[in-house]
Amino acid sequence: MKRTAWVAGCALALSVLGSAGIPALAQAQTTLRIMWYSDGNEGEVMNDLLRRFEDKNKDVKIVLDQVPFKAINETLPVQLASGQGPDLARITDMGGLAPYLMDVRAHVKDAAYWEQNYGPFLQWMRVPGNTTAIPGYMTQLTVTGPFVNKTLFEQAGVAMPGANATWEDWGKAAKAVADKVQAPFPVAFDRSGHRFFGLAVSQGAQMAEVGGELKPVDDGFKRAAKLVVDWHKSGVMSKELWGAVSGTAYRGANEEFKNAQVVFYESGSWQTAQFDKTIGDAFDWIAVPTPCGPANCSSMPGGAALVALKTSSHPAEVGRLLDYLASEEVASEFYARTLFVPGHIGLAKKGIAYKSASPQAAAALKVFGDAVGKLDPVAYRIQGDPSSRIVFNAAISRLGQVVVGETTLDDAYQRIASDVAQQIAERKKKQ
Amino acid sequence: MTDTIRSHGAPARGPSAAAAVTTGSANALMRLTDPPMRAVQRLIGALRMPYVFLLPNLVFFGLFVFLPIGINIVFSVTGGTALFPSERPYVGAEHYARLLDCGSYLEAASCREDLFWRGVGNTLTFTVFQMVAMVLFSLVTALVLNRPIRGRGFFRAVYFFPVLLSPVVVALIWKWILQRDGLLNAVLTTAGGEKILFFVDPGWAMFWAVFVSVWAHMGFYTLILLAGLQAIPRDVYEAAEMDGTRPWRVFHRITLPLLWPNLLVVLVLVLIRSVQVFDEVFVLTGGGPGTATMMVVQYIYTTAFANQVQNFGLAGAASVLLGAVLFVLTLIQLFLTRRRAS
Repeated sequence: MKRTAWVAGCALALSVLGSAGIPALAQAQTTLRIMWYSDGNEGEVMNDLLRRFEDKNKDVKIVLDQVPFKAINETLPVQLASGQGPDLARITDMGGLAPYLMDVRAHVKDAAYWEQNYGPFLQWMRVPGNTTAIPGYMTQLTVTGPFVNKTLFEQAGVAMPGANATWEDWGKAAKAVADKVQAPFPVAFDRSGHRFFGLAVSQGAQMAEVGGELKPVDDGFKRAAKLVVDWHKSGVMSKELWGAVSGTAYRGANEEFKNAQVVFYESGSWQTAQFDKTIGDAFDWIAVPTPCGPANCSSMPGGAALVALKTSSHPAEVGRLLDYLASEEVASEFYARTLFVPGHIGLAKKGIAYKSASPQAAAALKVFGDAVGKLDPVAYRIQGDPSSRIVFNAAISRLGQVVVGETTLDDAYQRIASDVAQQIAERKKKQ
Repeated sequence: MTDTIRSHGAPARGPSAAAAVTTGSANALMRLTDPPMRAVQRLIGALRMPYVFLLPNLVFFGLFVFLPIGINIVFSVTGGTALFPSERPYVGAEHYARLLDCGSYLEAASCREDLFWRGVGNTLTFTVFQMVAMVLFSLVTALVLNRPIRGRGFFRAVYFFPVLLSPVVVALIWKWILQRDGLLNAVLTTAGGEKILFFVDPGWAMFWAVFVSVWAHMGFYTLILLAGLQAIPRDVYEAAEMDGTRPWRVFHRITLPLLWPNLLVVLVLVLIRSVQVFDEVFVLTGGGPGTATMMVVQYIYTTAFANQVQNFGLAGAASVLLGAVLFVLTLIQLFLTRRRAS
C-alpha cells in the first residue's frame, strides 16, 4: 500500500514537471536591456509594445531601464567608452555615439525596407565614410518650432504675426503682448544649442568646413547671436533661462509656458503631447511655423533613435527586436500613441492618425509635419555632423556668458571657435 | 525568599549576563585566531606584526583612494577620449600647461582655459565668505546654546538637523524658496515689495550659495565648538566673576583663548570643505548666472562628463591641481591638530 502511494506520488510530480516545468526550463531566455528616456508617455507605450514582442518571442525577455535624459547624455557615453552598456539605447546624439553603435544589417529581414523608410536618418547614425550600416531606427523625428499662447494675444488685443513673419516680427509682437498682460517671458528659447541653431540656420549659419577645419562662427551665426543678445538687453527674453545657469546646462521653459507666463516659446515638436496633457483647456495654445530669417524659414531637425550597441552580445535577438519595432505597423502605432512626428518616410507620406490627440495637439502636429518639408539641407547636414553637439554646447555656454554681461560677443565668438577646435583636436588624439 | 531571588537573581539576567556572553564570544574568537596569528608572527617577527593588522585598511585605501589618485595622475598626462589608460596617448604636461597658460592670473579672461580660472576665483570668493560666516555663526550659536536657556536641547537639535539632510535636498528646498515664484518672493510681494530674481544677479547668487551652505553645515561646527566650550573649567569663569570682570573681557581673555584649538580645527575643516564645494551650489544655482557661481569642481565635472568630447585628461589635470591645494590644507590641519594635542 505504502509503496503504491510512493509510486503514484512520483508519477504525479513527474507529470506536473513534464507538462509545465520542463519545457520552461528547456527554453533558454535571452535578456535584452534597453536604456530609455521619456519626454512624455513613450516609455509606457514602448513597454506595451515590448510585452507583445515577448509574447510572440518566448526566448527573449526585455528589460526597459527608464532613466533621465541626463543619464543618456552623460552616463551612457562613459559606459560605452569602458566597454560596458546595455544592448540598446534611445539616444539623441547619434553622430557623437556612432562609433559605439552596432550594425544589425545582417540580422534584419529586409535591409531594403530599412533604407527606403529610414535611409536619410540612418546616415546620422553612421560613422563618417560608412554608407551601409543599419544601427537603429528613429523613434521620433523632431523639428524645432514655436508654441504661442493664443489666449494672451487675445487678452492683449495684439494681432498675431502671419505666415512668413520674421523673428523680429514675433519678438516685437510678443513683447507688446507681455507688456500688456504682465507676462514675465515675452519670448523664451530652450537653453540649448540645438534650439539656437534653429534660429541661426534661418539667419544663414552654415557651420561649414573650411580647409578641413570646422568654422562654427560665420555671418549667419553672428546675426542670430546678436539677435538673442539684443533681445535679452531689451527685455524680449528673460535672463532667467539663458543667464541663470552656466556652461552647457539645458534649461527649458515648458513649466513657464504651461503656467501661461510665456507668450512665444521656441522649443519643438516633442513638447506637443506634454502640453496636450497638462495644459488641457486652461488656455489656447498653438504651434506656428518657424519664423523666417534672411536665409530661409527652416527649423532644425533632430530626434531620438533606438539603436543597437556594440556592447550587446546578442546581435541576432537585437536585430529581431528592431525589425519588429521598426515595422510599419508597430512604428505607426508608436508614433500615433505618443503624438510624435514620424521618423519613417513611408508613414510620413501616408500621415499618422493621431486618434488620442486633442484638436489643438493635432493642429500643432500638422504644423510640425509641414515644417519637415521646409527643412533646409544645411539644417540636415548640421544635425548629422558628428561635431554638432560640440558646437551646440560651445555656443550655448559662451552666449550664456554674454547674456549676463560676463563677456562680449566678439570674445564669445573667439572662445566658441577655440573651444570647438580644442575639443575636436582632443577627440582626434589616438594612441 | 522571593525578595532574595529578585535581589540576587535579576541582575544576573541583566547587563552583566550580556557582558559575560560578549566576553565569552570574544575569548572564543581570540582562541580561534590565536594559532594562525602566532604562526604569522613566527614567520615575520613581532616587529612587523603592526603591518599585518593595518593590512585590511591599507588594502581598502589602496583600492579606493590611492589607486584612483594614481589613475587620475595617469589621465592628466594622457590625451584623447579613450577611457582605458592603455589606449590613451601620452601628452606630458600639455593639460597642465593649458590650465596654467594665463596673461594674468588675476584676470580669468586672459587665460587660455578661462573657465578654470573663473572657477578658481569663484571658489576663493566662496571660501572667504563661507569661512568668515561659518565660524562667526557657529561660534555665536555655540555660545548661546552653552548658556542655560529654556529649551536648550530642542534648539541644539534644531541647529543640528540640517546637517542630517542630503546636500541635494538642502539645495532643492532653498531653490523652491528663492525662485521667481518661490516662498521668499511671495513674502516680499505680500509685504508690498517687488520680486527679486535671486538667480539672475551674480551678487545675490553668491550670497545665497554661501548662506545655504552655512545653514546646512553650521550645526556640525557648532557641535565642535560647543564641546570645546563645555571643556573649559567652570572655576576659571567663577574666578573671573569674583574679580568682577566684564562679560566681553571674559570672552576675550578666557573663552576665546581656551576655545582656540577647537576654532582652529573648525577653520581648517571649513576651509577644506569650501574648496571642495560642488553639489549644493550646483543644484542651487547651476553655476550661474553666467559663470558667477561655477566652482572648480563643477569645471572638472563639466570638462569630464557634460561636454560631448569628454576631456578626462584636462579634468584630471585640474583635479591634480585641486588635490595639491587640498593636500597642503590637510597638512596644515594635521600640524595644528598635533600641536593642539602636544
